[in-house]
Amino acid sequence: MSDNVLRLSDITMQFGGVVAVDNLSLEVNEGQIVALIGPNGAGKTTAFNCITGVYEPTNGQVSFYDKVIVSNYPHGKMKKLYKGSNADKYVHEKILNPTPDKITRKGIARTFQNIRLWKSMTVFENVLTAKHLHAKQNIFTSTFRISHAEERRMREETALLLEEQDLLRFRDELATSLPYGLQRRLEIARALATSPKLLLLDEPAAGMNPQETQELGEFIVQIREKYGVTILMIEHHMDLVMQFSDQIYVIDFGELISHGTPAVVQADQRVIDAYLGVVEEDA
Amino acid sequence: MEFLTANLPYILAGISVGGQYALIAIGYTMVYGILRLINFAHGDVFMVAGLVMVYLTTVFPMWLSIPMVLVITVLLGFAIERAAYKPLRNAPRMSIMISAIGVSYLLQNCALYFTGGLAKVYPQIPWISKTVTIGGATTKMVTLITPVIAIVLIVVLVIFIKKTKIGMAMRAVSKDFETSQLMGIKINAVISATFIIGSLLAAVGSMLYFSNYASVVPTSGAMPGLKCFVAAVFGGIGSIPGAVIGAFIIGICENLIKGVGWTTFSDAFTFALLIVILLVKPTGLFGEKATDKV
Amino acid sequence: MTEKKDKKEVLYSLIGIAVLLIVIIILEKTIPSTSILFSVLKKGAIYSLAAVSMNLLNGFTGLFSLGQAGFMLIGAYAYAILTMPVTIKLSDSVYKYYDCIVGFQLGLIPSMIIAGLIAALFAFLIGLPVLRLKSDYLAIATLGFAEIIRAIFQWDTIGPLTNGANVLRKYLDLTDVTLPFSNIPFPPTLFIFIVAGICIAIIKMLIDSSYGRAFKAIRDDEIAAEAMGIGLFKHKEMSFIISSFFAGISGALLSMYQYTVQASQFKTAMTYEILLIVVIGGIGSISGSCIGSFLFIACNEWWLRFLDESSNNILGLNIMRSGFRKVVFSIIIMIIVLFFSKGIMGEKEISIKRMVDRLRRKKPKPAVEEGAK
Repeated sequence: MSDNVLRLSDITMQFGGVVAVDNLSLEVNEGQIVALIGPNGAGKTTAFNCITGVYEPTNGQVSFYDKVIVSNYPHGKMKKLYKGSNADKYVHEKILNPTPDKITRKGIARTFQNIRLWKSMTVFENVLTAKHLHAKQNIFTSTFRISHAEERRMREETALLLEEQDLLRFRDELATSLPYGLQRRLEIARALATSPKLLLLDEPAAGMNPQETQELGEFIVQIREKYGVTILMIEHHMDLVMQFSDQIYVIDFGELISHGTPAVVQADQRVIDAYLGVVEEDA
Repeated sequence: MEFLTANLPYILAGISVGGQYALIAIGYTMVYGILRLINFAHGDVFMVAGLVMVYLTTVFPMWLSIPMVLVITVLLGFAIERAAYKPLRNAPRMSIMISAIGVSYLLQNCALYFTGGLAKVYPQIPWISKTVTIGGATTKMVTLITPVIAIVLIVVLVIFIKKTKIGMAMRAVSKDFETSQLMGIKINAVISATFIIGSLLAAVGSMLYFSNYASVVPTSGAMPGLKCFVAAVFGGIGSIPGAVIGAFIIGICENLIKGVGWTTFSDAFTFALLIVILLVKPTGLFGEKATDKV
Repeated sequence: MTEKKDKKEVLYSLIGIAVLLIVIIILEKTIPSTSILFSVLKKGAIYSLAAVSMNLLNGFTGLFSLGQAGFMLIGAYAYAILTMPVTIKLSDSVYKYYDCIVGFQLGLIPSMIIAGLIAALFAFLIGLPVLRLKSDYLAIATLGFAEIIRAIFQWDTIGPLTNGANVLRKYLDLTDVTLPFSNIPFPPTLFIFIVAGICIAIIKMLIDSSYGRAFKAIRDDEIAAEAMGIGLFKHKEMSFIISSFFAGISGALLSMYQYTVQASQFKTAMTYEILLIVVIGGIGSISGSCIGSFLFIACNEWWLRFLDESSNNILGLNIMRSGFRKVVFSIIIMIIVLFFSKGIMGEKEISIKRMVDRLRRKKPKPAVEEGAK
């Protein structure tokens, strides 16, 4: 039995001549909280976008529960331009580039670095709308209220989810009128509404003070327990990362430079160099 | 070769119309490059320029009317930008596009009011309305002179944009609106200049176009306007050479289709071409690719 | 909003609609049918439907589409061709230069539905390529398709179907509407109100459903919508098809109302007018679109008529003459676009319940009664 949730194999993302993610391989196992860290511009969000179908990776595969969901190799114009390695490894695999909604349907949900809530909708509607994808209805039954039982179920589940996230008291407020920290939490709640098995959080603690960051960390652990989700997050707050993650992957200039438990990564000289810069000899 | 001689009148007409379209298309492409706005009113500015010419020549001699038409059209373009687009600079893009449609509606209705809905006969401009015969095909002088005028004006424009300070500012603004503003470029001056240039070229285009067609009606601007926008998209919106090449291609193809006898489809063809280009190469022939950041 | 409140709202709306229909019936019984009031009401209702269907796309799904006139044209033609009696099709009275190839005739309601379905089918095919385009490119591509449709319908080669560029007439129009199973004529204005009302109600129900929320999610933030599992293309295509279906029906109603139909009428200017109605009413408001439509039609065809009368000029100025109305009207529109860009309703809807509540608050007595219940 394998408890592997997500596996990236040799993912390379090249924009024109720029290699943003270079030959990245990583694994996330069931029930873990895994952090992806690295200096600004290291290619973390790009890696996320490759997993979620926003970008089509130039080379490599993404597997979810040991099933390949994204697969590509350099073809067409990229064939000549390609600068990364393993160019021939996936040539015989079928190209798979599902759109983001298909990935979400499979059970991977995400949040965004710059919060992307639906701004004309209330807190309640934001979460309710995220329930749309698994609803058992079609446009006809939904319009003519034939599937009203399904609608009621969606509403009840939404209310429950908001209750659990302590957001129910804001249910009829506009999502964008919430304070920043609550908007982040709402975005996580919205992602949870799609019933994911894997949750991707893109800088969930951005703009938070140490106190809030600590609370967020506890909150993340709590949702892992409660909803049985595995978590992969991009984060800059080292306290949060070191305290709450089981595994850490460090990337710099698109390349994986270190990975392991917090203790291992913390002691790794390459990580220190990446963050602080290499000390020049004559300096 | 046989094809050429048989279709010479159509090809000539096509090149001529292409030149006129090019002059109008530049207005679209420049405004889009800077404001990301399809200026739906531009075709109507072109039509108004035609009407103004009709009315002015009833009072003033031709040598005075021509510069006056240019000045009035420029003022009109400038006024439209100030009145209808500037107040919406921070509004969603859809509102400013709707405003453009509103201006187009207003200009057409004004034209309808002043003309009483009758087609106005365009005055004969001496020399360029003269008929000439080349290669066995009879045509007006304007057919021959249009491409020349168009090319000369476009070269001047390109030099202007490459060499002058305001031209440099235009290029900067079209690359990045906000940053240019922060760098101290006077956005409003640049935008006004863009509209002035666009309207000036449209006025010249209208003189050439209507000399060929001989009459102006309030809806005269709508179709050429849309076609010129298509030309701009075809060439890659924001690119001046692209717009010019697009305009010539559309002008020639359209006239060849008329030559084959499919007049009903000469307008539809332009849009078919647009849809094909949008699907195959959405950025047009010379356009730059822009990606959304997630 | 809880379901209880929802139900109350629906009840009040139904009462409102019933009152409106009764008023129409009374008007039709009391005022001579030649009154301009009726043509404004009829045309206003038809344009309401067209505007609401456009609002579904532009206001609720965030797709800036300018193909409305094209789909209305398809609906109008399909309706006219389907309902024209076979004897007239075979004679020279309409199809003068062609031999009509449609050798059958259908009833009024089935034809109307088929007209909508044909428009929807075209929308499906056009949507496949164009819905992948972004904002203004989409606008210009849909506009282009509308023009192509118009050119095709005027094409000689399919003249046996469409009568080329010539007028279609002598099909079933408003005078042919009868009460079911009888020959008693149905009040024409009421008929249009009922058909348009049902269609608008269906659109409203769609917007309030789970799919409507998905459309709004796409409008607010495409990337987030897609990341939450809402298939962009599928939902845009749905919205486009449904909008066109109802545009087709409004086209059918328009052809009924006009007694004649011709492709040259469905120009880009028509789409612009419908768009301006949507803007006047408020992008994203269904009741706004309806109000906007009646105001637009009433101003255009009735209230501002006096501006066209040269006898109304004062001080010997010859300002008022034919066309002045349109100038004033377009200036009003520009003022709305520039200074009241939210339109009459913004994104809100008229709520009879809210009005009733407000009235009740002024009179405290009934409020107590309600509390006692």
